[in-house]
Amino acid sequence: MKKSIISMFAIAATTSLMVSCGGPSSKSNNGAIAGNAAEKVYVAPGEHDSHYAFISGGFSGQLSVYGLPSGRLFRVIPVFSQDPEKGYGYSEETKPMLMTSHGFIPWGDSHHPDISQTEGSVDGRWVFINENNTPRIARISLKTFETEEIIEIPNSAGNHSSSYVTENSEYVVAGTRFAVPFPQRDMPIDEMKGNFKGALSFLSIDKETGHMDIAWQIKMPGFDYDKCHPGRGESSDWFFFTTYNTEEANTLMEVNASQNDKDFIAAINWKKIEEYVANGGGTKTPARYAHNTWDDDAHTATTKWENEVLVVDPSEIPGAFYMLPTAKSPHGCDVDPSGEYIVGSGKLAATMTIHSFSKMIKAIENKAFDGDAYGIPIIKFEEVNYGTLEQPGLGPLHTEFDTRGNAYTTFFISSEVVKWNIKDLKVIDRHPVYYSVGHLMIPGGNSRTPDDKYLVAMNKITKDRYLPTGPEVCQSAQLFDISGEKMELLLDFPTIGEPHYAAGIAAEKIEGNTTKIFKLKENTHPYRVTNEAETKVVREGNNVHIYMSMIRSHFSPDNIEGVKVGDKVYFHVTNLEQDYDVPHGISMIGANTSELLIMPGRTTTFTWEPKAVGVWPFYCTDFCSALHQEMQGYVRVSAKDSNTPLKYTLDGDVPGEDEEL
Amino acid sequence: MISIPLLQEKNKSKNMKKSKLLMIIGSFLLLGLFVFPLWNITLEAPQYPIPLGMDIHINKFTDTHEFDIKNINLMNHYVGMQYIPETIPEFKIFPIVIGIMVFFGIVIGFMGKYKLYMTWFVLMSLLGIAGMYDFYLWEYDYGHNLSPEAIMKFTNPDGSVMGFQPPLFGSKDILNFTAHSYPLAGAWFMFTGMLMTFVAFFVGKREAKKK
Repeated sequence: MKKSIISMFAIAATTSLMVSCGGPSSKSNNGAIAGNAAEKVYVAPGEHDSHYAFISGGFSGQLSVYGLPSGRLFRVIPVFSQDPEKGYGYSEETKPMLMTSHGFIPWGDSHHPDISQTEGSVDGRWVFINENNTPRIARISLKTFETEEIIEIPNSAGNHSSSYVTENSEYVVAGTRFAVPFPQRDMPIDEMKGNFKGALSFLSIDKETGHMDIAWQIKMPGFDYDKCHPGRGESSDWFFFTTYNTEEANTLMEVNASQNDKDFIAAINWKKIEEYVANGGGTKTPARYAHNTWDDDAHTATTKWENEVLVVDPSEIPGAFYMLPTAKSPHGCDVDPSGEYIVGSGKLAATMTIHSFSKMIKAIENKAFDGDAYGIPIIKFEEVNYGTLEQPGLGPLHTEFDTRGNAYTTFFISSEVVKWNIKDLKVIDRHPVYYSVGHLMIPGGNSRTPDDKYLVAMNKITKDRYLPTGPEVCQSAQLFDISGEKMELLLDFPTIGEPHYAAGIAAEKIEGNTTKIFKLKENTHPYRVTNEAETKVVREGNNVHIYMSMIRSHFSPDNIEGVKVGDKVYFHVTNLEQDYDVPHGISMIGANTSELLIMPGRTTTFTWEPKAVGVWPFYCTDFCSALHQEMQGYVRVSAKDSNTPLKYTLDGDVPGEDEEL
Repeated sequence: MISIPLLQEKNKSKNMKKSKLLMIIGSFLLLGLFVFPLWNITLEAPQYPIPLGMDIHINKFTDTHEFDIKNINLMNHYVGMQYIPETIPEFKIFPIVIGIMVFFGIVIGFMGKYKLYMTWFVLMSLLGIAGMYDFYLWEYDYGHNLSPEAIMKFTNPDGSVMGFQPPLFGSKDILNFTAHSYPLAGAWFMFTGMLMTFVAFFVGKREAKKK
């Protein structure tokens, strides 16, 4: 404990030193808002934003969709957490999406969204996002803006160095932030050193469907793998991961994992691993994990249980793994658009480390090594280092790039964004942010072709920036115009949950491709109906299946009798509409679940277990039309031993038995 | 029409009468009705930034955009209008009538009797008018024969029941919708063809005088 207190003082002392020598001076809270900032973010009524921003929902487990430059929120896409508004994780069809080897988990901690790429540019097909707590990666369709696939990552814990994609979307990666026994086993915690491992997983992405599979899993030394980015251009065969806790401490980590002046960036040649695996390399190892996929025709998710992963040991693939010494406990690991510069943001150091890819290749050729880490060669620092950015600010976390040779880095402790030139390692501009910025995003920032008009800084705390809302206040994003020499702060807007990273893209790459309706004739849900005549109620023992339809502005059937206390009633509800933006909802009094919000052409199911006799109403929850209020119906519930016959009608007739229906 | 100068060149070499060609090609153009829609009705409203539309062919109704007819029906059921039927008897009659007229037009053309050209034109015009009248009757019924159980009942200022008949030709405001009713390519093929047969008569007459 004594040691830790001394270390804290040391940090505090360094901090004050930094502030006194070139750290940011305190400025007015408004920043330097220029007169025309409002004009630059004004998107007139009926006009569209120029960019989509997919901002991580952090501990909400979701992904939010904003427009830039307006900062307007369009949609929160449910990904890792249940969402009663949309019935996600409540409907029978979506429950499998949240299945894991630990069972159904209603919540997740979403982190780093990344958009699929083609030839080094974001292509607007899918967004990938990682879940940190119960390691998973999700793929979200940018046609439907719905989660299409979630795959669990075995042997991993704290899936943080994730979910970045290679420049042709060959792979999306998942890396463990916590070293753990690999595979998991019962062992004393303090025997961690040398016995825990760090799993880095490469998931292949199907070029057409986007379907993911764990191609292989690398059994790395038991460090903590914090962040990562793919190489591009010349370095596109490589992936770079920052590490911390190379001390392999297992307790009071804030101190014990902060003892080494340098940790590493692990440089991994995934092409070499791909070849090795293609030639039969790797060991198939048992591992049980859930692989959940959504089918847009069946309107249903299914869980497939996977039973093994291909494990790759770094020692088996010489030339594919190197360690680059990097100051100190680096967080962000960012690669510039050319692929030459690898920026390690040593969050506890006074400098930032910039490595050179071409120097790295030369150093490897010359075997300029300085020992090894569990067999992985450590390249001599000066042989790989391009240079350091001296005292740019305090607590560097993440860096993104423009196309003009500049980098933009967030500084958590000094609460600012700093613009610097990569080649000359000179600070060009700095701007305060409010407050404690984490990630930042330039649309296409993780690609060869950043779309560099805007920069979004994402702040962990807001304190006094907005109207107060009790002890819990919003987190926020701040939009900058970076087209000029100086960064210009344009707008503050609140975010959903904690905004860990975001991915941005020009609207034109997405807006023409979005799904408007689901075609009824393509619906393959086993309980679908394609017209009212097909609606019916079927009893199977204690299960009652209602094949129900909804269309402006009634349900069919809307009077149901013969349900009994103790039954389990399945409402399989099909929205017969085939018009854009005409969803219907349904909710049943006393149902222990959420409402359903059903898009045109889709079939969705909820269950209801009536507990008391009576006549119980259900209704449409979405204001679908002028007759929305009339869109309602009744279910008569009789006693368990009653003889009430099963009966279902619409306007007094059994659907399908009257020609007019 | 554009092709006529070329045909004239061809005429001279083959020594075929201009009138004959006009009559044959004019009749032939009516076949465009089997390929292209005849008429379009489009409904505009603020909630429909992409308007709803229905194309009328000589043998079927089709959506301008997929599912438009279904959505027109859904809109119209609030005021008690009937659903647009899948098919109507006219869809069987029209193709036969047009087929026969094309056949006779071409036969008359080859016969080269210019007086018959006018007979054909007048007959075709009468049939066309009958078709339009039939369409009007259907539209009238569609717009006025409302369900007594209509969800919303509207009346005109004079107290009579408001009708929702789309215009035969042109544009008209109906409640929150603006309805447009205009010919499409099929109709233009027919008009052009008929105009050519009309011209054929006069050209034929002049050719006969020259002889």
